[in-house]
Amino acid sequence: MGGDACRIEVRPTGNLRDPEAASLARQISELAGVRPSDVAIVRAYNIYGGLSDEEMERLGRELFADAVSEEFSFKEPFYPDYWRIEVGFLPGMTDNEGNTAREGIRDVLGKEVEAYASRVYAIKADFEDDAVLAEIAKKLLANEVIQAWKVYEPESGGFEPYVPRVELDHAPVAKEIELQVPDEELMKISRERTLALSLEEMREIKAHFAKAAVRKEREGVGLGRGATDVELEALAQSWSEHCKHKIFNARIDYSEEGDGVEGKEEKVDSIFKTYIRSATDEVRKPYVVSVFKDNGGIIRFDHENDIAVKVETHNAPSALDPYGGALTGILGVNRDVLGTGMGAKPIANVNMLCFGFLDGKDVPKGCLHPRRIAKGVVRGIEHGGNMVGIPTVNGSVVFEQCYTTRPLVYAGTVGLMPHAIGGRETARKEIKPGHLAVMVGGRIGKDGIHGATFSSQQLTTGIVGSVVQIGDPITQKKVIDMVLEARDLGLFEAVTDNGAGGLSSSIGELAQLSGGCEVHLEKCPLKYPGLDPWEILLSESQERMTLAVPAEKMPEIEKLARKHGVEASVVGTFTDSGRFHILFGKSTVAYIDMQFLHEGVPQMHLKAVWKDRMPIPPNKPLMQHGDALRALLASPNIASKEWVIRQYDHEVQGGSALKPLMEGNAPSDGGVIRPLLGRNEGLAVAHGLCPRYMEDAYHMAMNAVDEGVRNAVACGAKFGYLACLDNFCWPDPIKGPRNPDGDFKLAQLVRAARGMHDAVVGYGIPIISGKDSMKNDYHAGDSKHSINPTLLVTVVGKVEDVTKIASSDFKEVGDAIYVLGTTRHEMGGSEYFKLHGGTGAGMPRVRVKENSELYAALSKAIERGMVRSVHDVSDGGLACAFAECAMGGEVGAEMDLSLISKDTDEDAALLFSESAGRFVVSVREKDAFKFEKMMFGTKTKKAGRVRGDKRVVLRNGNNALVNEDVFDLREAWAGGLKW
Amino acid sequence: MVKAKAIVLDGYGINCPHETAYAVRAVGGEADVRHVSEVTDSPALLSDYNMLVLPGGFSFGDDLGSARVLANRLKHRVGGEMTEFVNAGKLVLGICNGFQALVKMGLLPVPDFTQRVTLTYNASGKFEDRWVRLAMNQKSPCVFTKGIAYLDLPVRHGEGRFIPSGREVLEEMLGKNMIACQYISPSGKVDEYPYNPNGSVGGVAGVCDASGRIFGLMPHPEAYNHFTNHPAWTRGVNKVGEGLKIFRNAVEHIEANL
Repeated sequence: MGGDACRIEVRPTGNLRDPEAASLARQISELAGVRPSDVAIVRAYNIYGGLSDEEMERLGRELFADAVSEEFSFKEPFYPDYWRIEVGFLPGMTDNEGNTAREGIRDVLGKEVEAYASRVYAIKADFEDDAVLAEIAKKLLANEVIQAWKVYEPESGGFEPYVPRVELDHAPVAKEIELQVPDEELMKISRERTLALSLEEMREIKAHFAKAAVRKEREGVGLGRGATDVELEALAQSWSEHCKHKIFNARIDYSEEGDGVEGKEEKVDSIFKTYIRSATDEVRKPYVVSVFKDNGGIIRFDHENDIAVKVETHNAPSALDPYGGALTGILGVNRDVLGTGMGAKPIANVNMLCFGFLDGKDVPKGCLHPRRIAKGVVRGIEHGGNMVGIPTVNGSVVFEQCYTTRPLVYAGTVGLMPHAIGGRETARKEIKPGHLAVMVGGRIGKDGIHGATFSSQQLTTGIVGSVVQIGDPITQKKVIDMVLEARDLGLFEAVTDNGAGGLSSSIGELAQLSGGCEVHLEKCPLKYPGLDPWEILLSESQERMTLAVPAEKMPEIEKLARKHGVEASVVGTFTDSGRFHILFGKSTVAYIDMQFLHEGVPQMHLKAVWKDRMPIPPNKPLMQHGDALRALLASPNIASKEWVIRQYDHEVQGGSALKPLMEGNAPSDGGVIRPLLGRNEGLAVAHGLCPRYMEDAYHMAMNAVDEGVRNAVACGAKFGYLACLDNFCWPDPIKGPRNPDGDFKLAQLVRAARGMHDAVVGYGIPIISGKDSMKNDYHAGDSKHSINPTLLVTVVGKVEDVTKIASSDFKEVGDAIYVLGTTRHEMGGSEYFKLHGGTGAGMPRVRVKENSELYAALSKAIERGMVRSVHDVSDGGLACAFAECAMGGEVGAEMDLSLISKDTDEDAALLFSESAGRFVVSVREKDAFKFEKMMFGTKTKKAGRVRGDKRVVLRNGNNALVNEDVFDLREAWAGGLKW
Repeated sequence: MVKAKAIVLDGYGINCPHETAYAVRAVGGEADVRHVSEVTDSPALLSDYNMLVLPGGFSFGDDLGSARVLANRLKHRVGGEMTEFVNAGKLVLGICNGFQALVKMGLLPVPDFTQRVTLTYNASGKFEDRWVRLAMNQKSPCVFTKGIAYLDLPVRHGEGRFIPSGREVLEEMLGKNMIACQYISPSGKVDEYPYNPNGSVGGVAGVCDASGRIFGLMPHPEAYNHFTNHPAWTRGVNKVGEGLKIFRNAVEHIEANL
């Protein structure tokens, strides 16, 4: 960079220990085998805009360095005698710190400049050569998908400003693409443009553009015989798996084969219609307001307020850039809720994460290490939730080998909205021709182009680039504040988010309400010039919402935008032309029939074949039961997640009632908040997620529903006022040369959806929203890595009075302990078997009718304030649940397993079987009789009491099985995970 | 009697204004949530109020250090009006990010727009959400903490480590009892993690000026507005939201003195 650029470095003063640097020093000695004698981290700001020394001095003092704890230098580098690695963003990546610096410089100097942040890692060590530095840069410091790095040798000077400006020397143009070509050519177009369209779909588009009427109409607006790149891209986005859920809507020939199977065959015309939507129709709950047609589902909360919920996944981006992927995931799902109906205020976030094991050894080439993924994802969620001011109220972290190559990042948001504003139902959007299409929020760049089509593809080594981006929580917060204020003032008639597919998707979908649109791409605010029209239309630059605004309200929208410091730009008009009409300057660059754009995608026809698979028998247990309990408590899926949980703010907005960790670090089964301060009604959020039950996807799904429901009931949600969401993350279920067992995975999908259906219908719980992510596979050379079919069931429910609910910890010596539900010999897929190196047969089955009666009775008992502690029994079985209650309460407790409802007398099964539908509950001894009366007719057995000492005792009659100190158990549980 | 009327700042990533305004109203005060830009555009707005609250959040993303950019903006554009506000005997409360802003613009511990202390990165190196116990300095002139001996509150921050610029500053603060509250462990220690959640020198959690009318603290009193906010509430520890006491003290002070 020339003389216009300057640079300032900032570091902590003197004796302040930097924990990040200390941790980096440890990692360097592990990686390089050389222990650095010192490591320091320097913040650098590179400023383009010709500032004088006096100005730099002033910025150093007033803006960049803290007057008490930091010092700065703008002439020469800090640590000139160290090895230094500088890491900065690649051109065009969102640089939040740089952007804030720019704003801060404006405040201090009144000058408009460009600013770019970077970091310098200064390392004092005797390295042989710079090869090891490159290794450190790549493995520990920089993610080359988004960042660049450079090594400076000791005493080499090196104070060059790093200025990653985007300079596109390109005249924007829309290209015409000939479609009347043979099949191979069609597929070449699809491949080369990463359209992810199949041959059948390309043929459909070809046929459409060949129609005489279409040609004539297109000639009328100055378009040629072929399609423009803008049109092809818009179609590919609208028809993508991500947007159209083609697999969920496919016609499927399902059959079963194998020993003992009767060769059952069945035709499923759309998994979605057959199992998901039908379930909600069958359940028919009066509190359901809006399902499956908006960005999120909506239910009533009370007579004045509704609740909107959405859960999304952001798996592929999180595999490449864990921080940015998770951050954009959480911010994206916030916008879904903000874009539901006329807009809901995000009041709670949830996140469920699936990673490979933290000590993972065999990480395939091209994949980041699970620890790096886990830490990056957690930091992304931390920033996304905490900075925007949304409490993270519930979540989980699941570890399985299969998530090494493809982590799963589920992110969900709950929103609160008035049921009606000014007499109009807030759930309803309404657009009339003539309303303006207004884009609010960030500017458009090349980032995130092809997200919709990318997420519909498998990850392969080498596919990176513009698909990965970094979110900007503060711009998002400003957008949320502005949109909600505009909503309350009645300034717009519809709102939706810009997610996958950008404006093409947001305006395209809203335009269905009026019957068409006309968009002027040259009016869209850009981060930098040089974008082609299709890029402007499809860009997934973050933090943008689209509003439909009556023209007369536009001045007020502009005023509000200024107040909140966000941009609002009119980019087009909604029409009733029946056409998706896009212009760039004076020329039309796309003119597509709305019907064809949204409904034209041909239905897929797929085959599904179910085969029973042999489970892997576990080794014979060699451990004492007490040691097994300790090992289970320390095992990745059960061990305390405190390290993660405490980094999330679960209190902001002031309504926290049941936190992820209560006193004594007692883990909660879900989260409960009071959305309306000053009132006692609560909202419970819980979930079920059990990918370890691989034996049969039907029962896996039923278990996921059951786990979600019993967690919600344990939190005090009213059984009878619950709603749920489904998120299916699957390996590629389409059979092909590289995916020979695709038909089996599709059969698993059919069975899982059926299991979900049967469970929610049985429990009477509507499904209000859902999402699927279908190609969670990773190809490295010839080997393919696929995830286990993974279904997340998120459950929300109304709590009538939060002051009556209970936490999981045992409360007081002498309290009576009950086991609710029946313990069966159902060890298949259990954590106990996993401990012994296998899965085993006989996974838990869900008895919906039996459980329903129990849940209804327990729900009432909690509402009456009868229950002192309640904890659901899941991973690790009764022994683990019981131990968690005791650990949370920091008390001893005893239980006689011969007294519980059971179908087995095998000790290990009594302790560790994961049968569904069970709880551990404690009540005051004086309430025992009343409680038993309330639970009459259910499998509720008094089996123990809270003890005065600190022993956790489990026995079967006179036979002692476990007798451990509660603090020893807690130590094992707390220290199980090494982050 | 003068009615307590608070202006609660919002915008640019401030994210606790609504529960903070709720807390003021819950104890009988009035509260308006106003965007920082409304105040910087028309600083005279401040004179309509007798209490200024800077709530928690992540103003400007805490890029360049927590609250740095917000502090500069308020200092440059509203500094004069804030001085008048303070000189008129009105109250200023900064919570978490708001405390960071007060310290960095130099309104605390001495309201002369010179930074004397800082709140920097937690010694643990990470953001943490946990409940802490505060011991209030009974000799402090702080009007917000009057009559409170101990208070449990949540902290939720990554940059809350209190550091004075030098010995003299700390001594002046000690001498004038400007250290209004400290983190304390069950055994009464002030430097034990996680009870002192961020490594603050002397376990300092909250600071006031010599008049006691400007007060900033890292923990969130507005997030203990109902007894079910406390992590041990299911064990029956309490039946009221004790964080409201801080706001009640403020409202009562205004009603009695202004």
